[in-house]
Amino acid sequence: MADNKQSANDGGRIPDVIGESVIRLDAREKAIGATQFADDFQFGPGLLYARILRSPHPHALIKKIDVSKAKALPGVKAIVTGDETPGFIGLYLQDRHIFCRDRARYVGDPVAGVAAVDEETAEKALELIEVEYEPLPGVFDPEFGVGPDAPLLHPDLGQYEVVNFVFPKPGTNISNHFKIRRGDADLAWAQCAAIVEKKYRVPHIQHVPIEPHVAVAKWDEGDNITLWGSSQSPFAQRNLIAKALGLSQSKIQVIAPVVGGGFGSKAGVSMEALAVVIAKAVKGRPVKLRLTREEEFFTTFVRQGLVAHFKMGCDKEGRLLAMENTYYWDAGAYTEYGVNMTRAGGYSGTGPYDVPNVKVDSICVYTNHPVGGPMRGFGMPELHSGLEQCVDDLAHHIGIDPVEFRQLNCIRGGDTVATGMTMHPIGLPECIDRVAKDIGWGKKSQPSAPNKRRGKGIAMMWKAPAMPPNAGSSAQITLSEDGTVTVALGGQEIGQGTFTVMAQMAAAALGVPYDWVKVATPVDTKYSPYEWQTVASRLTWSMGNAVVAAAKDARQQILDLAAEAWDEDPDNLDIVNGNVISYKTEESMPLKNMVIYGLPNPKGDGWIGKPVLGRGSFMPTYVTGLDAETGQGPRAVVHYTTGAQAVEVEVDMDTGRVEVLRAAAAFDMGKAINPEMVKAQMEGGLVQGISTALFEALKLKNGVVTNPSFVDYRIATTADVPHELFSEIVEVPQDDGPWGARGIGEHSMVPTIPAVANAIFDAVGIRMESPPYSSEKVYLAMMDAGIVK
Amino acid sequence: MAYHRITTTINGATDVVDVPSNMTLLQMLRDKLALTGTKNGCAAGECGACTVLFNGEAVNSCMVLAVEADGADIVTVEGLAHDSQLDPLQELFVSEGAVQCGFCIPGMLISARALLDRRPNPADHDIRDALSGNLCRCTGYVRIIKAVKEAAKRGHAEPA
Repeated sequence: MADNKQSANDGGRIPDVIGESVIRLDAREKAIGATQFADDFQFGPGLLYARILRSPHPHALIKKIDVSKAKALPGVKAIVTGDETPGFIGLYLQDRHIFCRDRARYVGDPVAGVAAVDEETAEKALELIEVEYEPLPGVFDPEFGVGPDAPLLHPDLGQYEVVNFVFPKPGTNISNHFKIRRGDADLAWAQCAAIVEKKYRVPHIQHVPIEPHVAVAKWDEGDNITLWGSSQSPFAQRNLIAKALGLSQSKIQVIAPVVGGGFGSKAGVSMEALAVVIAKAVKGRPVKLRLTREEEFFTTFVRQGLVAHFKMGCDKEGRLLAMENTYYWDAGAYTEYGVNMTRAGGYSGTGPYDVPNVKVDSICVYTNHPVGGPMRGFGMPELHSGLEQCVDDLAHHIGIDPVEFRQLNCIRGGDTVATGMTMHPIGLPECIDRVAKDIGWGKKSQPSAPNKRRGKGIAMMWKAPAMPPNAGSSAQITLSEDGTVTVALGGQEIGQGTFTVMAQMAAAALGVPYDWVKVATPVDTKYSPYEWQTVASRLTWSMGNAVVAAAKDARQQILDLAAEAWDEDPDNLDIVNGNVISYKTEESMPLKNMVIYGLPNPKGDGWIGKPVLGRGSFMPTYVTGLDAETGQGPRAVVHYTTGAQAVEVEVDMDTGRVEVLRAAAAFDMGKAINPEMVKAQMEGGLVQGISTALFEALKLKNGVVTNPSFVDYRIATTADVPHELFSEIVEVPQDDGPWGARGIGEHSMVPTIPAVANAIFDAVGIRMESPPYSSEKVYLAMMDAGIVK
Repeated sequence: MAYHRITTTINGATDVVDVPSNMTLLQMLRDKLALTGTKNGCAAGECGACTVLFNGEAVNSCMVLAVEADGADIVTVEGLAHDSQLDPLQELFVSEGAVQCGFCIPGMLISARALLDRRPNPADHDIRDALSGNLCRCTGYVRIIKAVKEAAKRGHAEPA
């Protein structure tokens, strides 16, 4: 695409609204309780309610389902099972049925669905469905899962449809294996002055959006389907559900209001297809499926578990010579989405380091655990967790300060990364410096009590948008009679502020005040322009490019019209603050009316012009495939966002409690379109990161999540927010980003776990195999180490 | 299911509502009265998204039966503003950037309102305590705490 080199920067001057912290366009409505989320839509008395019967077994054959008693219950309108869902569904690997058929593969796998007049009746009906299971042995650890003794969970793996950059191994539990082979790691170890070798684990966690998943589906007599839902991916849902049901995409309309927290849990398809299939059985009536908080914890996507083996070595000057990292992803019962986390974990598997000799194996393993899916960071928080602790250990071994060690080895613009791609200009070294300075690196502060110890830790990160190479965006700009602007787009507002940023970009590229711009909502696949998904922190960059292109298209139409009216060259004209102006004649004309009605023909009777309609789209076309055996290729990804965090913790020696006292974050997002919103992302990500470092884990016992509630699965509250926070913006522009921008949303929680772990090590000298670093675990680790008795 | 006729004042207006015995106040607000600003996040009294003022106290409306609201004075997020004049908390949540996805915000605002009514000049730890039952996954609470502090300051400058 010729327009790939984004020329939003035409003329060099950056419009005022770019880089201005305007107030979010959705904030007021949200603060008065007027914003409609999916559960707030009213469907009238015809609405039916659905509940799902789920497998109580982690792995079992389904021998027989008897729904007769349930069907006889007054108020029950329909019951569906896997008999209705022969097709497969999945984003990258189509490995699941909407309702499972002959086999259930995790506790929570949907076995049957009920539609009834109310939730209570639907719930009662579930108890009356009789299912005969034959329990099978399960896989509950990914390293066991790849071994010869593991039961095979997907005997049909070889027959599943799969994208061409994922490599399943039929006959095993491995649904993807991504490799990097660069230089010769085996030879390099001999030249290393210090080597660290260590295994780390990361537990499954849940996204915990405060808004639970909800979907309402209606299937009419003409087989037209309408799906209302809380969704990061209305277009992907249209596509995947249509494919699974053997329908044309045009038969499905997905209407998606703003999302009450996503973090990846509402990407792809999770529970929405269940509502659609149930709706088919009660044609013409809307059916609502709303997950309970308990279901939320284990029946939607969870963040995959990880078992990681690291080996890394450096020479006596501290220069990294080799890395050999093996990642076993505990990807759960279906890996339709997880296979690409494995891929991302593979190509970014060295972390943001310049290493000449690399061996990475990133292996996606089926287990009988909840379904692994995308979560903020897409594999990066998990792999950086252990990697950045090993880097600290290596620095200590060779006797170099961890900050200095990172400065020495971090990836820089122009370096060749492990996949062979040349790194674009980045501000990672500056991010390291900024957080080190903010946290007072190298200075010990006094604990608040004699029984407490303090420590500081740093960690850095990189992350690229992980997506198909050709994930596209599109946008439309229309104007009203009064000159105000509506941006139609297909990306979703999930709290990150994308609608506001898109309005800023449209205002800047068109030449109108920010408060003249509205976004057409809700996103509706029937009327909104296409967007792949709201994931990968890709919207500011990708959808931003589309919106800018649409605004420039509209702008050009307006300038051409004015030029004709004034008999001038459009190049002498501009749109400033909602007026067309001529730099030559100093003539000026408001946008209002002309953008709809055109202008009187200056040469006589009639009119010139037409309603202005700006269109723009964007798709990266330059990402290349990577060799399946070596992971090498010219361009693995569109770009990397990099950054660093540093924290100071205080450890209570009597209780093991860890408190994060202060924290600093610095990220290079190319250009902060809205600096305060960028900082808000950094704050929110940091606290979510702290929450995962100190509190969060799904406690799995033989496939059963034993803590599916907020009482037993604690997330950070106001009590856990550090009292001092620094959020630093570093701007090294992206060549094809709007005004140089790239993403920042997910990155902000990637380095937090290792930063906290390194600070705990600095404080008390212990390392634990896995987060969360709960009071109990820290205390026991201190006892094991003989630090406390 | 037995139904009960209750009289309750909601956002300043008195309503008569017929509710089944097992209906929660949250269900009554959302399903009977279409006051959907109050959110359902867990239905177990754990997340705070459904917080409303019940005779001036912040309560989880999912843990209160609708019949208990007979004769009570209820304020939901929709009732915080008066004659289009936002509550200072609402104004400051907007201007301080305390709102992201917004799902927790109604409950958060109500808990903050209850705090400021009870303690117009709260210390930092008072704010953290008062909001610790309201979970937010987006903001990291940083700007929420700041907005409440600013609202308290403003409340002092110009008593309502």
